[in-house]
Amino acid sequence: MSTAIPDRPRTLAEKVWDDHLVVKGEGGEPDLIYIDLHLVHEVTSPQAFDGLRAEGRPVRRLDLTIATEDHNTPTLDIDKPIADLTSRTQIETLRRNAAEFGVRLHSLGDKEQGIVHVVGPQLGLTMPGITVVCGDSHTSTHGAFGAMAFGIGTSEVEHVLATQTLPLKPFKTMAITVEGTVKPGVSAKDVILAVIAKIGTNGGQGYVLEFRGSAIRALSMEGRMTICNMSIEAGARAGMVAPDDTTFAYLKGRPHAPAGADWDDAVAYWRTLPSDEGAVYDAEVFLDADELEPFVTWGTNPGQGVSLSGVVPAPEDFADPNERVAAQRALEYMDLVAGTPLKEVPVDAVFMGSCTNSRIEDLRQFASIIRGRTKADGVRVMVVPGSARVRLEAEVEGLDKVFTDFGAEWRFAGCSMCLGMNPDQLAPGERCASTSNRNFEGRQGKGGRTHLVSPLVAAATAVLGRLASPSDLPVLTAAEA
Amino acid sequence: MEKFTTHTGVVLPLKRSAVDTDQIIPAVYLKRVTKTGFEDALFANWRQDPDFILNQPAYAGASVLVAGPDFGTGSSREHAVWALRDYGFRVVLSPKFADIFRGNAGKQGLVTGVIGDADLEAIWAAVDADPGARMTVDLQERTAVIGDLRVAFDIDDYTRWRLLEGLDDIGLTLRNEEKISQFEARREAWRPRTIPVP
Ligand code: SF4
Repeated sequence: MSTAIPDRPRTLAEKVWDDHLVVKGEGGEPDLIYIDLHLVHEVTSPQAFDGLRAEGRPVRRLDLTIATEDHNTPTLDIDKPIADLTSRTQIETLRRNAAEFGVRLHSLGDKEQGIVHVVGPQLGLTMPGITVVCGDSHTSTHGAFGAMAFGIGTSEVEHVLATQTLPLKPFKTMAITVEGTVKPGVSAKDVILAVIAKIGTNGGQGYVLEFRGSAIRALSMEGRMTICNMSIEAGARAGMVAPDDTTFAYLKGRPHAPAGADWDDAVAYWRTLPSDEGAVYDAEVFLDADELEPFVTWGTNPGQGVSLSGVVPAPEDFADPNERVAAQRALEYMDLVAGTPLKEVPVDAVFMGSCTNSRIEDLRQFASIIRGRTKADGVRVMVVPGSARVRLEAEVEGLDKVFTDFGAEWRFAGCSMCLGMNPDQLAPGERCASTSNRNFEGRQGKGGRTHLVSPLVAAATAVLGRLASPSDLPVLTAAEA
Repeated sequence: MEKFTTHTGVVLPLKRSAVDTDQIIPAVYLKRVTKTGFEDALFANWRQDPDFILNQPAYAGASVLVAGPDFGTGSSREHAVWALRDYGFRVVLSPKFADIFRGNAGKQGLVTGVIGDADLEAIWAAVDADPGARMTVDLQERTAVIGDLRVAFDIDDYTRWRLLEGLDDIGLTLRNEEKISQFEARREAWRPRTIPVP
């Protein structure tokens, strides 16, 4: 599908962009980019459908559009009407809009329902070399497949529904190279938290981040999704990983993955996507995987993170005056004292879920640490699968039993306490170790305090009742394990 | 979309950096299904503090927000822009904006001007000296004037043109209908489809 392809080495991001050019913008105008896959959920779509109705416009490509219910859905009693009236209205509005316009929708109770960024990949709709958008910033998740995937606002949702395109200025490219082998107990979440702490919550602004290097190649698709998911927390438009055999193996046989001759064509094309030798990035960052340790945030933005074996920093530690003020505010909000070892910070709750870490592999990791143990007294532990299918898979493997034996609550799929639009919220002042992606003030409930961690750290924390890594846990006897 | 040429209004100095969209509009307000009437949601948590600057009478009816760097980070919610717009803001000036927020703002006729750090401090100082002072923002000239202070701001040419002309994006894109159809005819069979097509 070549429009004038430049005769020079190109990055992965440039290749995908070039292959979606409908119109090349001239004189400062944006390019017009074709969108291969549009994911829709209940929060950012009602006003977009209203816009279509007002103008008498149809959805241009129903076959490139799919909707699911996730942000507002309850994770208990899903067979009963949704108690919260506004949540119910939002979901009913999506159902009405989907029916009226003919959009495929996976409603609560359906086995493909779940967090939009978990559903796309598990259906095999997310694949290399495509463009994916959704009215949700964590659309960057899908970049793990070598897709160009980014969040858009509601006006853009309407624009894509109506035209299947978006006017966009090309993004800049940043290579984030992570070489080496991570220590046991260190996972993809720690890699991305370390990246964000290094480049800052706005270090990626205007960029597509391409994660590369041996440590990234060694990751599973789930791990790559965790990393791309949180690219937005570094301010980036998107995150990407070049497709390889890991990607193809994950995709093959999924319900919407190409089959037969289409599969062969697709793979042949996908193999041309990795950045060319000598391709130039606008910026480059290097990280040594061997140095990484389990990471945790202490503040109220995802860049305010340190190694779990460290201490809560003091505002004076920051040279930048804005960061110093932000740190001061964050410490007050988080009710933390500078110098406190993070491993001495007790928690009230552990949330295992969200589009960052709620896939089957994440649940397996969590289960591997808690198996044979009991949760700390007084700590509320919630395990929320990313999709109804993940829930089913976990139950087939018996993970649900591991969770409930441990004392955790095993819930139905959705965004849940990642942002607390449903009843799953922290109470004011409660402190939570969370596998989600945002630790903003009040994100998990008004006055709630969030520490972002990996599933492994969340599990160890749930056992000890204070921030902990798996290596802090007593070894189980053969009988216990 | 209404055309934007110049605007004069009271300046609200928001002396914070990295104001994320969860602060601009907390998630509970995202449950609404309408596109207007979000004025009560703007900075809803912060507004519960009687000392919060938006609650101070001097800034009643403010329509130009001047905030610290990294304004609008976090979630993509366009509601953040609607809340600002519905409250009456027409312009936000900051040394740095989050990309998605900026894009959303441009689509709703909210001007986001990038100013220098020194100019930010100068505007804040001018407002401190005269709370409730009004600023005139000229999009054609890309300038903001408050008292004797005249500040230049940055906004990309294309967004500026669309705002000046009050042009709707979808209408603009549909002028390329033929090119879109041609592109669609070239798309490969392996690309994903959510529903079977005959
Ligand atoms: S899980 Fe959290 S971050 Fe992910 S889509 Fe849902 S609300 Fe957004």
